[in-house]
Amino acid sequence: MTNTTAAKQQKLISEGDSGALRSRSPWRDATGRLMRNKASVTGLVIILFFTLLTIFAPQIAPHNPLQLNSGQGFLPPSWVEESGNGTKGIPDYPLGTDTLGRDALSRIIYGARVSMIVGFAPTAIILLMGTFVGMMAGYYGGRWDNFLMRLTDIMYGFPDLLFFIITLVALRDTWIGEFMNGLFLLFLALAVVNWVGVARLVRGQVLSLKEKEFVEAARSIGAKDSRIMMKHLLPNILGPIIVQGSFAIPSMIITEAILGYLGLGLKPTTDPEAFFITSWGSLLLEGQSAINAQPYLLLAPAICVALVVLAFTFVGDGLRDALDPRMRGTQ
Amino acid sequence: MATYLIRRLLWLIPILFVVALITFIMMHAAPGGPWDRDLNARQVDATTQNTLNEYYGLDKPLWRQFTAYVFGDVNKENKFVCGLVCGNLGPSYRVRGRTVQDILFEPPKEKSFLYSRFGYSMRLGGLALSMAILIGIPAGMIAALKQNTWIDYVSLFITSIGISIPSFVMAIFLIIIFASMLHLVNVVPKDWDDGKAWILPAAVLGFGTMAFTARLTRASMLEVLRQDYVRTARAKGLHERVVIFRHMLRNALIPVVTILGPALAALVTGSFIIETMFGFPGMGRAYVTAIGQRDYSMILGTTLLFVFLVSLANLTVDMLYVVIDPRIRINE
Repeated sequence: MTNTTAAKQQKLISEGDSGALRSRSPWRDATGRLMRNKASVTGLVIILFFTLLTIFAPQIAPHNPLQLNSGQGFLPPSWVEESGNGTKGIPDYPLGTDTLGRDALSRIIYGARVSMIVGFAPTAIILLMGTFVGMMAGYYGGRWDNFLMRLTDIMYGFPDLLFFIITLVALRDTWIGEFMNGLFLLFLALAVVNWVGVARLVRGQVLSLKEKEFVEAARSIGAKDSRIMMKHLLPNILGPIIVQGSFAIPSMIITEAILGYLGLGLKPTTDPEAFFITSWGSLLLEGQSAINAQPYLLLAPAICVALVVLAFTFVGDGLRDALDPRMRGTQ
Repeated sequence: MATYLIRRLLWLIPILFVVALITFIMMHAAPGGPWDRDLNARQVDATTQNTLNEYYGLDKPLWRQFTAYVFGDVNKENKFVCGLVCGNLGPSYRVRGRTVQDILFEPPKEKSFLYSRFGYSMRLGGLALSMAILIGIPAGMIAALKQNTWIDYVSLFITSIGISIPSFVMAIFLIIIFASMLHLVNVVPKDWDDGKAWILPAAVLGFGTMAFTARLTRASMLEVLRQDYVRTARAKGLHERVVIFRHMLRNALIPVVTILGPALAALVTGSFIIETMFGFPGMGRAYVTAIGQRDYSMILGTTLLFVFLVSLANLTVDMLYVVIDPRIRINE
């Protein structure tokens, strides 16, 4: 997604460059501003690092994350000389082992897969859906608008996390909950709640833009509604949409971790061929039960969640400043 | 104002109704009945199941169950049992013989209401909220008054962390530092009558809100700082303290009130994790336990209670906003 966003921006930049006046496009300006922002670049590096982890997990992970080693449970990290239960860390297991003797580091590396996909997949869905409905509501008003507004009223009354919990509890054991070890249902629940926010944003933007002269001009030369929406309105609201998306990602990752911690996340699998083996949320749950025996089992995934969430927030802040310099420094 | 209040209160009814409907449908969409999932208990045989279903009214058609849940229905002895509209959340499926509202609101024997699950959560939430406000507002104020000094930067750094790191990750860090490594407190305190045990959970629960309050106070203070009336107040020789508290803070706090609504929602959702982590005997942990046990009526009832509380909090904040700031007029 980072790559595709970058690619999209690259494409937009080259489109801008092909104009008669070879001026710098606003997108190139924005990219420049983003790259000068140290926090955002750090965030991008961290995200890139974790993205690579997810792709090359089988090559990077030192052990099979599902392999049990009896008699080697609760080993502390390799730098610990003597832990509370009298065991000593060995270099073979850099972050130690869990209760069943599975390598903690390998499990965290595989767990990154779920967090990253949970960040990106539902965000892509909500951006597409939200932009479509928001455009319709803003441009045509009427029935679309009423539908959106009533839906928002209900969504505002229903705290997000409660909705996720209800959905997951109810549908976890149906066929839809079994699909992709429960990940599909998680995507769906996250998308159903969050697209409304995007739609509201797009609606507001479209409402103010559609009265502008350039839209009037386009209409006067006979442009169709679809053309006005795609060619005139969409490029103008793309900035806020990207910013909204970049803030949606960390909140999705946090939600997955919370749900995983409540035992409602990814279903445990013993299939070594499975792509999604464990998640950071599930690791937190496992770590919590072993907090006295081996606190690092809880600490390590917590640090990973914090790191990734901070990274995405930094990039989001940077994108907001870069795409709309007027908003710099405001909340 | 009164009409607005009444209209907002009435608007709560359809929202709660829709939420109840969604939750009810979801709970009944779950495969299997409530009896065949209790893996810890003995599995019930078919006859007992039928009796149980009859007893709880689960043999009736779904729409009838829903109206019975919301409005009430006659039971087998031809007595009318009132539903949700009377505050009856129905019997728990797991804790036999007790209703959901008993579990949530009834304190242990010879204890006051404050010792019920609701009371515990209320006290923890109240403590977290007051900590957040009592630290957040002064911190934001000082940061704004000392803008671009090290005090400002330190507070900006801490608040950035508080805003972006989720409270439960924060809880993990603090538990590991204070309980596992320094052994200052128990990981799971046994005795909640001891005030010391409350500090860590309340601090974790309120940290995000505290950071947000501080940020917002700082931003709105900075805005007020450059206003003409502040200059006027200084020009006529008022004491700096009077300028800050009477003229600046009063106006700067108006936007801060708005976050109280989301803050309360955050306290509610944060309470699930924090209470579970610390073994706190409140509503949030009861909810998480109910999830684990698939106690559908308990999940349904508690969800509705949470939604009701959050809606009520939002309403109160909107009202408060109008009272504090006379410039805001409600468009009737």
